[in-house]
Amino acid sequence: MNISITVNGKIHTHDIEPRVSLAQFLRENLDLTGTHIGCDTSGCGACTVTLDGAAVKSCTVLAVQADGGEITTIEGLANGDEMHPIQAAFKENHGLQCGFCTPGMVMTAVDILKNNPDPTETEIRHGLEGNFCRCTGYHNIVKSIQHAAEQMKG
Amino acid sequence: METFIGKPVKRREDARFLKGAGRYTDDIKLPKMTHSAFVRSPYAHANIRSIDISEASKSEGVVAIYTGADSCGTFGVPCGWQVDFKNGETMREPLHPLLAKDKIKHVGEAVAIVIAETLEQARDAAELVQVDYESLPAVTDARKAMEPGAPLVHEDWPDNASFDWCIGNDRAAVEAALNSAHHVTEMEFRNQRLAPNAIEPRSYIADYDVNAGKWTLYTSTQNPHLIRLLLCAFVLGIPEHKVRVVSYDVGGGFGSKIYHYTEEALLTWASKEIGRPIKWTSDRTEAFLTDAHGRDHVVKSKMGFDKEGKIVAHLTDEYCAMGAYLSTFAPAVPTYLHGTLFQGVYTTPLIHLNVTAPFTHTVAVDAYRGAGRPEATYLLERIISKAAKEMDMDPAELRFKNFIPPFDGVNEPGYQTQVALQYDSGNYPEVLKRGLEMVGYQDFRKEQEAARKNGKLLGVGISTYIEGCGIAPSAVVGSLGARAGLYEVGAVRVQPTGKVSVFTGSHSHGQGHETVFAQFVADKLGIAMDDVEIEHGDTDQVAFGMGTYGSRSLSVGGSAIIKSVEKILEKGAKIAAHKLEAAEEDLEYAEGKWTVKGTDKSISFGDVSLTAYVPHDYPEGLEPGLDFSSFYDPTNFTYPFGTHIAVVEVDADTGKVTLKRFVACDDVGNVMNPMIVDGQIQGGVVQGVGQALLEEVVYDESGQMVSGSYMDYAMPRADDIPMIETDRTVTPCPHNPLGVKGAGEAGAIGSTPAVVNAVVDALAHLGVTDIQMPLTPQRVWKAMQN
Ligand code: FES
Ligand code: FES
Repeated sequence: MNISITVNGKIHTHDIEPRVSLAQFLRENLDLTGTHIGCDTSGCGACTVTLDGAAVKSCTVLAVQADGGEITTIEGLANGDEMHPIQAAFKENHGLQCGFCTPGMVMTAVDILKNNPDPTETEIRHGLEGNFCRCTGYHNIVKSIQHAAEQMKG
Repeated sequence: METFIGKPVKRREDARFLKGAGRYTDDIKLPKMTHSAFVRSPYAHANIRSIDISEASKSEGVVAIYTGADSCGTFGVPCGWQVDFKNGETMREPLHPLLAKDKIKHVGEAVAIVIAETLEQARDAAELVQVDYESLPAVTDARKAMEPGAPLVHEDWPDNASFDWCIGNDRAAVEAALNSAHHVTEMEFRNQRLAPNAIEPRSYIADYDVNAGKWTLYTSTQNPHLIRLLLCAFVLGIPEHKVRVVSYDVGGGFGSKIYHYTEEALLTWASKEIGRPIKWTSDRTEAFLTDAHGRDHVVKSKMGFDKEGKIVAHLTDEYCAMGAYLSTFAPAVPTYLHGTLFQGVYTTPLIHLNVTAPFTHTVAVDAYRGAGRPEATYLLERIISKAAKEMDMDPAELRFKNFIPPFDGVNEPGYQTQVALQYDSGNYPEVLKRGLEMVGYQDFRKEQEAARKNGKLLGVGISTYIEGCGIAPSAVVGSLGARAGLYEVGAVRVQPTGKVSVFTGSHSHGQGHETVFAQFVADKLGIAMDDVEIEHGDTDQVAFGMGTYGSRSLSVGGSAIIKSVEKILEKGAKIAAHKLEAAEEDLEYAEGKWTVKGTDKSISFGDVSLTAYVPHDYPEGLEPGLDFSSFYDPTNFTYPFGTHIAVVEVDADTGKVTLKRFVACDDVGNVMNPMIVDGQIQGGVVQGVGQALLEEVVYDESGQMVSGSYMDYAMPRADDIPMIETDRTVTPCPHNPLGVKGAGEAGAIGSTPAVVNAVVDALAHLGVTDIQMPLTPQRVWKAMQN
């Protein structure tokens, strides 16, 4: 099937099998390997990207479902060399260790803060419920998002 | 001049991870690369009657299919540690075949590999492979595996034991002391089986270069050199110098990526057969079925006390499952990494542990974060808290009574335990004191009392752990059955311009070596951190290495680097003395330059470096260059310790446990980067909390895994966990140059019993004395009803 998807501001048109997931499409067809696959069954959130502004688990969205949509992946978040405030906050607060869950965490944080620019700790933890991190114990991820929220408020 | 040791320097590896530019194995694409999928057994124990690949071979895109009948069927992965029976009989060690040929021994065991142009094609064709199995009865429980008549995992032997083992004092003496003890506390429980669950699944690419006759194996491993050695010398019999093993970024390991897995060897073999690169990446179900698991001990224990509450003896018998095959370090885990910690932080004069290690029809068990030490700590810390309750004493007070007094390992000697080890240095009362202050223990007891009156169930649980890490003196582990040395390699190459490349055999999969190692190298050389680059994870770049596990990177790997730094400075001083026309002993090195003492005559590190490579005006007889490599073999293990305290609330109606607070006061020796140490502790604590409250691998009677997905295996999520409150004391390790002990596993070792103690404490007034982990609402609720 022919699909046309805007990813990080660029339109990509590809002929793909209908069974290909959005995560696979990003990784295999577009070489955007920042979107990670930890389970392929919606369990871990490592594959989180935003589709038309809302966070989705790209392993459980078919690429054909995203046809005509607008995707942002972790690669599209920074402004050139300048990291997005959420990325910067993760670095500042040691919000990552092995880095494998990180793209999903950051993209989920984008969604959390978009819907709730001033979240409480509980709201942040709730918002991260769909994302596993096996390294950090979440402590510094929560701190990173709190820090980012402050920065983004200006 | 800016220094870096002890400061929370932000990580230099973060930029690539945060931009999605990490280089994990599955991210790599090679020209002409093929993909693979495995056909795996749905049975735990079965005869393979036949395998029919005819349909699959015709499937679109298939390049090759191999089964155990092919020549790869003769290869198998060996174990790296030998523990013989108490009676001297050699450990029973089955070969772990790359593909099962006649017999299946656990669910998920690979029967065939299908290689195709695309992953989808490989998976499609794998579904067309027809395997005719004859299913047989299985045994998955360690204790049942040793009962007469249990199904045999390996028919060559009369029963399922792989080995048995004991440590400590004479059993009869321990039993006698228990018989005459004032009070004896008993416990029986299961330290349940866990799945490590690094979020990055295992991934491999094997690439045989036909023209060069060389292989490259990209692998998500914690120890690339060890994989190369095992692969070449012990599995495939291929020349080691023609194999390069590369492990760039690895998405967490926790032990599960130490071991040499059959898929790595099979892909390496097959890439030569087809003359093309082959990739395989595990999916999550395969990860549950085939990654080595952790724990799985069945424990029966007694601890005796005198009238004052002093421990007089401790006796434990355990069945520790090995799984169907012996994974790389498996026999060491319930023995030398476990029994040797039975002293804990207490002066127990008589200790005996007896271990039986049976095969079971399950995937292998091996080291998982903490490896043997969490199991030892869980037992000690639970039984002491249980004893305190039985003797109507405060659990903190009982611990204070039994602590080994403080010793620094320099002025006071190390502490000789009853179970072989000599602790390096420790101040155990201090961490408990601090932990109690942090949690506000006395006030909490009042709050708890008041809450109880209102029907609210609050509990506090203490754990005061010690662990042995910084693994390990080679001669010691060799005498205990290790088939490898456990030193580390660190090389320092000073470039002509004074920039420094450091090559380490340690491997970072989240620990931040690129930052921490650069911190202390920069400090020791008095140069900027930006002038130091850390290289790891490529056997072609680094001379050798034993990798990262057992919290050894800094204490062993870091020490190797320090040795090389010292050699650089020693040689640099000779060059500096020549240039400054002074005697070496008149020089001092500070802030990146050699100065003639008492003068302003000096020469910088950069100038000396350049001279070493442009040796025109140069000391006679001295070799040019500034490049040293060192092996460091530690003289002892290191012994971090600490106090973990959990505060929980149990819902009186549902039995649901809420972790309200978690306080950790740890002592990991000197700290290079407090931000990273705290991060390690926080992450470890949460993994330990996962064991206490949520996680368990469950096999049913027939050997099916019923917890093989993230829907069925519960791990801590962000909203299960509070902020982790950390503090530390610093008792330097006396026997390594940085004075460090290691922080990677401590969190997971100390936390589990603290949580369970807290829940039992919350329910103590209802007569609850123990609950089997994980403490699910159902189990807690049931305990409350009885
Ligand atoms: S890979 Fe999509 S949720 Fe795990
Ligand atoms: S940083 Fe490793 S899984 Fe989150």
